[in-house]
Amino acid sequence: MRHLHRHPGLARLALVLGLLALWEIAARYLVDPMFLSPPSRVIAGLATVFRTPGVPRALAITLWELAVAFALSVAIGLAVGLAIGLSRFSRASFMPIVLLLYGTPQVTILPLFILFFGIGPASKIAFGVSHGVFPIVVTIVAGVQNIKPILLVSARSMGASRWQTFRWVIFPHMIPSFFAGMRLGMTAVLLGVLLAELYVSTAGIGYFTTLFTQSFDPTRLFGLISLLAAMAIVLNETVRRAEVHFGRWRAE
Amino acid sequence: MTPRSGRRSQRLSRAVQLAFLIAVLALWYLATARWGVSHLLLPNPTSVLAELEDVLASGEFMGDLRVTLTELAAAFAIAALGGVSLGYVVSRSPYSVRVIEPLLAGMYSIPIILFLPLYVLFFGLGPASKIALGATIGFFPVALNTIAGFGYVDRIYVVAARSMGASGFQLFRWVLLPAALPVILTGLRMGFIVALLSILGSETIASLAGLGHRIVHLAEAMETARMFAYIAFVVAIAAALNFLVTVLEARGRR
Repeated sequence: MRHLHRHPGLARLALVLGLLALWEIAARYLVDPMFLSPPSRVIAGLATVFRTPGVPRALAITLWELAVAFALSVAIGLAVGLAIGLSRFSRASFMPIVLLLYGTPQVTILPLFILFFGIGPASKIAFGVSHGVFPIVVTIVAGVQNIKPILLVSARSMGASRWQTFRWVIFPHMIPSFFAGMRLGMTAVLLGVLLAELYVSTAGIGYFTTLFTQSFDPTRLFGLISLLAAMAIVLNETVRRAEVHFGRWRAE
Repeated sequence: MTPRSGRRSQRLSRAVQLAFLIAVLALWYLATARWGVSHLLLPNPTSVLAELEDVLASGEFMGDLRVTLTELAAAFAIAALGGVSLGYVVSRSPYSVRVIEPLLAGMYSIPIILFLPLYVLFFGLGPASKIALGATIGFFPVALNTIAGFGYVDRIYVVAARSMGASGFQLFRWVLLPAALPVILTGLRMGFIVALLSILGSETIASLAGLGHRIVHLAEAMETARMFAYIAFVVAIAAALNFLVTVLEARGRR
């Protein structure tokens, strides 16, 4: 007991194992196996998920959609964010528009994306980008805005050109907020792509979640969803690590 | 910058925003009227306006609006009750905060919408699955903010109240609650918004009724103009709800 007290991580692990045990008992003895599958069987069934024809390809397609959507979101978000953030006037003019668009529930226009981009990967990528750009734009603008004016004034007074000011003052200050934006953007891209996948899909993971749901196959459904959750955690964690790593200089 | 030039650039910014809006509308109009973009993909703005008037005048939206709002109310009630009570219990000891808070934060970072197929499997296509998903997603910000709110009340206030002989209830009512309330209210607002979004999302993906379902239905029927009208309607409803909870939060903070 004392051991647990000193290591909250161990207690957390025990809690998770306890919940899994409850799930195992419930799935084995209490709930219809049509709907719930015990974790032991889900883990054992992971191999059959992979052996289902089309699933490895579907995972690859979804990962590809996420990668492209994320790259596009970062590129567009950075360009738009800098264009809006670098001048006070464009900030005052366009920021309210960006915030207004950011605040609208994009899921209502999901059917439009399908209508415009078809049911293939293009619509998932476009919908992912529509989620990813806004947090990136907002954090980039905030990052540019938060540079102490005294730094800009002193750079100018020492004769720095516009480019030099950008390269040596604005750019280094932007890096932490750029990575913070990437982290928020990744979360948003995951949401957008997965929403579009679940809505309609011919070859991605959305096709298989629908298939496993409709054929009452909870073992493979849980397995596939756990794989996707693991993928999401790895992607989020990678970007978060990068943020911690590249944001460090500020604290020093 | 002098106040006068500030005011002038502000007016100029408004002009730019207005010009942007007009440019979007003009492009939209030209695309449909001149450049021959199919009205199945992009309906004419005037026909969208006519459809919107029809939707509002006929009151056709009432059924779907009622479904969505009922789901939202139920989901939010569950999320708020569950989140605040679990958050309060966890916040009572620093140890349980250290054990449970990272667990909740970690789970919240997974896109929970992934579990929608499971919810549909368990609760069916009707409102129950939307309520369950909205409650799950809304629960996390409420619980996390409740833990943060109660967990970081300055010790000195607690010690002072105790030493002046406050009872357990008095401590809660006059020290802990006022200190934690602003943070909890923010959590409740965030929970409300994410519950709304996930309910609209799950209605879009798999449902029998509700505003999200109506939009999908119109999209599948290729009634694009009416779909645009409904999208505008839902966006307005979401904005109104957002405004409402922001005002309530600000009022509750006082």
